[in-house]
Amino acid sequence: MARKITTNRKLAMTILAWTIGFLIFFPILWIFLMSFKSEADAIKSPFQMLAAPWGLESYGEVQTRSNYTRFFLNSVVLSVGSTLLALAIAIPAAWAMAFVPGKRTKDLLMWMLSTKMMPAVGVLVPMYLIFRDLHLLDTRTGLVIVMTLINLPIVIWMLYTYFKEIPGEILEAARMDGANLRSEILYILTPMAVPGIASTMLLNIILAWNEAFWTLQLTTSKAAPLTQFIASYSSPEGLFYAKLSAASTMAIAPILILGWFSQKQLVRGLTFGAVK
Amino acid sequence: MNKTLRALLGATALLTLAGAAAAETTITVATVNNGDMIRMQGLMDDFYAKNPDIKVDWVTLEENVLRQKVTTDIATKGGQFDVLTIGTYEVPIWGKQGWLVGLNDLPAEWDKADLLPAIAGGLTVDGELYAAPFYGESSMVMYRKDLMEAAGMTMPDAPTWADIKAAAAAMTDKSKEQYGICLRGKAGWGENMAFLTAMSNSYGAKWFDESWNPQFDGAAWKATLTDYLELMNNYGPPGASNNGFNENLSLMQTGHCGMWIDATVAASFVTGKDSQVADKMGFALAPDNGLGKRSNWLWAWSLAIPAGTEKVDAAKTFVAWATSKEYTQLVASKEGWANVPPGTRTSLYENPEYQKVPFAKMTLDSINSADPTNPTVDPVPYVGVQFVAIPEFQGMATATGQQFSAALAGTTSLDDALAASQELAKTEMTKAGYIK
Repeated sequence: MARKITTNRKLAMTILAWTIGFLIFFPILWIFLMSFKSEADAIKSPFQMLAAPWGLESYGEVQTRSNYTRFFLNSVVLSVGSTLLALAIAIPAAWAMAFVPGKRTKDLLMWMLSTKMMPAVGVLVPMYLIFRDLHLLDTRTGLVIVMTLINLPIVIWMLYTYFKEIPGEILEAARMDGANLRSEILYILTPMAVPGIASTMLLNIILAWNEAFWTLQLTTSKAAPLTQFIASYSSPEGLFYAKLSAASTMAIAPILILGWFSQKQLVRGLTFGAVK
Repeated sequence: MNKTLRALLGATALLTLAGAAAAETTITVATVNNGDMIRMQGLMDDFYAKNPDIKVDWVTLEENVLRQKVTTDIATKGGQFDVLTIGTYEVPIWGKQGWLVGLNDLPAEWDKADLLPAIAGGLTVDGELYAAPFYGESSMVMYRKDLMEAAGMTMPDAPTWADIKAAAAAMTDKSKEQYGICLRGKAGWGENMAFLTAMSNSYGAKWFDESWNPQFDGAAWKATLTDYLELMNNYGPPGASNNGFNENLSLMQTGHCGMWIDATVAASFVTGKDSQVADKMGFALAPDNGLGKRSNWLWAWSLAIPAGTEKVDAAKTFVAWATSKEYTQLVASKEGWANVPPGTRTSLYENPEYQKVPFAKMTLDSINSADPTNPTVDPVPYVGVQFVAIPEFQGMATATGQQFSAALAGTTSLDDALAASQELAKTEMTKAGYIK
């Protein structure tokens, strides 16, 4: 029997959820508000800052000083490119692990995930040397490969979980009807797992967009994405809070908008298979 | 003109253009995000007019990100940068390692002899200059003249720590959120430890004795920390253990600090258009304790060329332009003398126009009174005023800074912080082979 939820309890839970949501979102909101103030107003007390005149001065200065379009395009190429490459590798891998598991499949999955537990800086020097010798430093190709590799364990894990929810009998039936491996993955499995694949894709794009260690270390100018654009406005000596806020808003706006419009798909994908 | 001739002329023009493009050398310059460096990026037309065959790609990064990135690149000879912006701490270490190109052969008109001796000394290894200073800084006292007057006090040009304590007490009015003194409390080798190491010099303290044994268990360090904690606990702002340069700058500009002892470069900010107390600021030398050493530091952001670059000539041309006397003239003509990069050349301070800038004399006096080769009262085996120019210093000073920041926050005692610092420094120096 379903538990009865009283109106008061529902109201309290709603208020609590909105409060937590607001607290989590508050720093982003504050950055957004500060980006419309002058540097002098940005350091005033919160109420004085809010009462100060609004303007686009900081955006203008950021736009004049930096080539935003170049950083933005690099971010798009790196996040979308690495996501597509990761999916191309992960879909067959997750199929194999979900439908034809071997004795060591579980161990293999754990091992893949364990690579995420190592601090990235631990492999910085060897990675840098490999990139130097292969002439991949400050190239989009090099960064797409790195982003693919660092997010691949998560992509495979997510897809494996979704594929496990699909009854193997459906694939068996397709095989009985004469479908080969390629057709089975492309025309039967993939369409059935679209919500899962879509949410994996979105999550991977967000992770790649926000990645700020390798993108800062392995690029200088040509392949530098928006993470470096933000880093160029941070300064330990000098108050450039308004400009830094404007740069941050410009950097996170595209991914926030993407997340906003696809949140239904994201939630659906992330909770896929949660109720058994 | 027939078609063939037109085609030939067109092809020739294209080849000429392609040739010109091929002859262009692009250099990548890594730099920090500060006002002087950003200003230079806006004045590049002058460089391009004089050097049409050189193009400059800028990589501007936050100081700590930049430091990590250029260190990785130079240690692995990655060759991503042709010119680096580095500090006084890195130059002697990297120069000794052979990671930097010597600059003794810059053109005669660049005038090496004009560099301030204290600054040039910190950038020279075995007689070779390894970096050209872009701007130099020391530290000094920046105080509110109006609050001092209201308290019936006068700040001496060369105060002692006792003067500072008396002034801080007189200017503190916590009911008005007005604090007598703001000092760095945030942990980090370039944050609280830069200030505390410089302060400790004036108390006769030192990081190591001549056999590289750490000295945090000595009376001088205890006296330094005792006075620092007393000042900050009684007259400092709340939450001071989280305050670095920017937080204190914000407090000073909005009128919450009576006094701030920090980098001389801050003088242009506190008297600038964003400051609410711009017309009320006075300046004095960093305090001493009667032992013959002041508590000011010495730092310079300098341009260096990594040994791995293949574009040494173009890089040297750029470095010579950016650090020349002509560049300071260019900045003065476009943005005024107060915005000229300070603290590198004697000729700048002899210029009557620059002498009118309110903080110019105090900056020069502060820089001249710092001696990186003889930083404290007793002789020491290291170079550096607010740092020790050895590779192990960054990690060690950050860990020590965490102890001192915790003492300021009240989560550990002064004695425990000193004991822990002594222990960790001893362990690190033994591991690194300095202590046999």
